Formats: sequence, structure tokens, C-alpha cells
Amino acid sequence: MTSAHPLFSAFLQRGLQALIVAVIVGVVSFTMMQALPGDAAYRIAAGRYGYDMMDAAAAETVRNELGLNQHWSIQLISWLSALAQFDLGRSLVYGTPVVDEIATQLGYSLLLAGGAVLISIIIAVPVGVVAGLKPGGAIDRLTLGVSILLRAIPSFALGVVLVLVFAVQMRLLPVAGFRGLEHLILPSLTLGLGLAAVSNRVVRDSVVEALGSEWRLFSRTKGLSARRTATRHILRNASLPVVTYVGVQMAYLIEGVVIVEAVFAWPGIGHALVHAIFNRDIAMVQGTALTLGLIYVLLNLFIDVACRLIDPRMRSQ
Amino acid sequence: MTDQSPTALTATVAHSRIKPGYPRIIGLLLLALLIFCALIGPDLIGVDPVKQQLLEARQSPSAEHLLGTDHLGRDMAARLLSGSQLSLSLAFLSVLTAGLPGTALGVLAAWRGGWTDRLLTNISDAILALPGLLLVLMLAAISPGSWWALYVGISLTLWVEYFRYTRQRARIVLAEPAVEASRLLGFSPRLIILRHLAPEIGPGLLTIAAFGAATAMTAVAALGFISVGVRPPTAEWGVMMAELLPYWREAPFLILQPVFCLVLTVLALHLSVGGMQRK
Repeated sequence: MTSAHPLFSAFLQRGLQALIVAVIVGVVSFTMMQALPGDAAYRIAAGRYGYDMMDAAAAETVRNELGLNQHWSIQLISWLSALAQFDLGRSLVYGTPVVDEIATQLGYSLLLAGGAVLISIIIAVPVGVVAGLKPGGAIDRLTLGVSILLRAIPSFALGVVLVLVFAVQMRLLPVAGFRGLEHLILPSLTLGLGLAAVSNRVVRDSVVEALGSEWRLFSRTKGLSARRTATRHILRNASLPVVTYVGVQMAYLIEGVVIVEAVFAWPGIGHALVHAIFNRDIAMVQGTALTLGLIYVLLNLFIDVACRLIDPRMRSQ
Repeated sequence: MTDQSPTALTATVAHSRIKPGYPRIIGLLLLALLIFCALIGPDLIGVDPVKQQLLEARQSPSAEHLLGTDHLGRDMAARLLSGSQLSLSLAFLSVLTAGLPGTALGVLAAWRGGWTDRLLTNISDAILALPGLLLVLMLAAISPGSWWALYVGISLTLWVEYFRYTRQRARIVLAEPAVEASRLLGFSPRLIILRHLAPEIGPGLLTIAAFGAATAMTAVAALGFISVGVRPPTAEWGVMMAELLPYWREAPFLILQPVFCLVLTVLALHLSVGGMQRK
């Protein structure tokens, strides 16, 4: 798009993406607010003063104060401008500032996501490398079969099956909630297995490609040891598609966090989002969806930068 | 945004060619069987999937109830089949409403270039700005429990995949000397699209369609399971899983039935286009 420094243009693109996320989330939340049944002024007045203390006059005050009597387009603009000033409002159910709620939940979600990525790396990298060393071999075919099967199991169904096996039948691990690190194992295993199901094949493919390449043959021919070829050439070349693919997985990770948190009652952002949708707590819906969307943009930015660090060709583009 | 802008919904495999082989044949047969069951099954069983018979709750499979009954005495076989109708029809419809415009717009963007191309690419990038399921979730939240919101949300997130693939391939194909020759010979755009383009992008589009259908089914079930999708008492696999979860101890075979159905259908769809085999 631009001819500026490639790193700068990456920041610019992701900044634009963040803006789009904010506008989409803002407009959808606003539409939800409008689509709620009943008079918004009465609802907010009831939330503020209690159902017994509320009357038509109180509703009228709220209506004037919040500009609810204006045309919807003007309301939308003021809604979005509040969003632009990072004013996320208060939870309609709990009355607490949305920002405070999210600050607590964010830690839990990051913990879960981190655990999931760690588990997926621990599984995918060794399995992928071993399968890739002998393409078409028994291990390769076996891991392919398992990957296809695992990929067909949606994260929440996998979660249910893992709970039934480990928590309920074998009584090894807690079922849901969060009261210690052992509660982290099942949710992050659920997510991690889903991630590993595909990423082990990506590792495998890039190992196969690196091993069959001409530059590997050349560096061996010119006298580099197998070990040095691996560390100097294969590792860097093979890691590029993997890192690019991690970017693709970020969407899966964010989606997975929402679903898996809801399944395991994990006190993170995804759980809060689902809960807020269920309770029609629109301020919370907007805050949590916005946070998840922005995290997604941020993760993609990291991937952009990582790719440029690994591949010098992308730096000089 | 970049050409690597990710979408999790139909990850990776879109660009591979479909190869013949046992997995594909098994997948296609399985898929045909599942569609056949969904089409004629409910009539064959002839039991209302939402009819409660509390005295017959949580029964084991019998001649009367082939797969037993759930916690409200509803016939499991009837519910599973009704659920498969819902899932398959939604998947099929969303593949159509996402695939046809997505492909057409992809060809249009590649053909016209210029501002048409820029506009369409920007729109598709805007949709990719959010993870797909998040968008579906938000749209479903506008009108909770409605089948339409799910359908529109899923179609809206899935068309981008067709658009991006078609645009990318069509730009390459349309620049080929053979296409230029056809143009110079005065052949119509229709012929160029059918003869030159369609054989190039057909297999890739099929792969996207199969994975997209699987994604649509998974999304519906996931949202049903966390009670923000289709509402009970509708027989939907995700809703059924949520309903039957509390009874795992007394009747584990009940909760495993919808799980099995969903996994089997998704697996059949994945296998029918060759799974994730690449090389």
C-alpha cells in the first residue's frame, strides 16, 4: 500500500484494522441497544433509581440527560464518540465500570490463552518434526489420521469429552471454575489440542520442505555439518511458515477462548461476553468484544513484526 | 491489509488441490448417508422431536425408542435427526449465500480492477478485522434465539473466503496469454469465465465450501451449547449437549450422541475434500 518503511506500514495497517474493529463493535452494540424491547429511558431509570422509585418524570430526566429523544443518527454519533474517548460505561447488570471488570478478566483470559499456546507448542513441534523427517512413513500417516479426527471435534465438544474422562470418570482434575492452577489444565488442554491438531501438520510440512530443498543440499555439499545446517538454515527457513500460521491460529484462539471459557465457567473475558449477551448487558458486550477484537489486532501485529525479523527478504520489501 | 490476513473459519487447506483416494471416497459416502438420513429420517421415525413424555424419561434404547429418550422423555433418534436437518440445511444455505456472491464478486474484482477491486478488497478486509465467530456472536446477540441472525452472521463471515480465493486465482488466470488470445479472438466474457477460469478455481472453491459448511455447523452448535444461539426446545445438537450435560452420570450415552453426530458430520465434510493432506 505505502512505500514507507515496511515496519511502519505494518503498524499503519494494523492501526486501521483496530479502528475498523472499534467501529464494527460500536455500531453492533448500538444496534443491540436499539433492538431491545421497551423504552430505553424507563429501563435505565429503573436501573438507576430502583423499580419502586422510578416514575415518568425520572424517565423523562434520563431521556433528556442522555439525549434519548434525539434522532438515532445523532445518538449513534454520540455513542461512538464516547467509545472514541475510551468511555466504556458501566455494566447494566452489576453497575460497576466496565473497564474494572475487564481488567480483572483479562488476566484470566491471557493465562488460559498462554497455557493453550504452550501446550500446543509442546505437542505440535516434536510431533511435526518427527512426522516430517520421514514423510509418508508410519508416524506421518498416524499423526495425519489423529490430526484429521481432532480437527473435526469442535472445541466445546472436546471440552465436554475431556471433562467426562478426566474430571468426572477419573476424578483427576476439577470440572470448572477457577480456584488454583489445576483448574487451568483442562480448559487449556482443550484449546491446545485444537491448536496442535493443525499446527503439527504445518510444522511437518515445513520440515519436509526444508529437508528437500536445494539450499540444504548446497550447505551440506559445501561442508557444513548436519548440526550447523540445521541451526543456521533449516530452523530459520522452517519457522517462517509456522510463525505465519500462528497468525492464522490467533483467530481460532480468540474464538476458542470465548467458547471454552463459557464451557468451563472460566472467569475471563470470553465468559463475560457470553454472559453479557445472555443478560443483555450491552455495555459489557461492547467492552469485552472490543477488548477481544483489539487483542486480535495486537497479536497480528506481533506476527507481522516476527515474520520480518525472521525473513530478511520481507524487511527490504 | 496483508494478503496473509488470517481467518480461522476455514484455515489453511483452501489452496490445495483435491486428490482422489480412500479418505475422499469414505467422506463422500458418509456425507451422502448423513444427508439421506436427514432427508427421510424424521418421516421414517414419525415421532415429534419436541413431544415430552416425562414418565418415559432417560430410557435406554429400545424397539420403541431406537436411541433411548432424553431427560424429558423426548425420543433421541427423532431429536438427533431433526437436529441434523437443521444443521445441514443451515450449512447448505450459508454455503450458497456466501459462495455465490463471494465467487462472483471475486471474478468482478479481478476483471474490473481499479476502484471496484479496491472497494471490494477493503470491505472483505473490514470483515476479517474481527475473528469470524465473534462477529457471528455479536450479530446473533442483536436478535437472540433467531435462526436468521445466525444464518446472516455466518454467511457474512464466510463469503470473504470465496472472494479472496477467487480474486487471487482469477487475477493470475486472466493475465495468461491463452485468455488474451481468447479476448483477441472476440470470445465473450461468459466463455472466458466458463472455459478458462472455472476449471482453475472449481476444486479450490469446493474445498472452501466443504470446510465452510463444517464451520457453519460447528458455529451453530457452539452457540447453541453456550445458550446464545438457537433456543430450546428446538432439537439442535449444541442445545441438546447443553441439556444433557447434567445427566452424564446416569446416562453418559445420551450426551455422547449429539457429540458423535456433530463430529461425524464435520469429519465427513473434511474428508470429502481430502482432509488436510497437502503433499
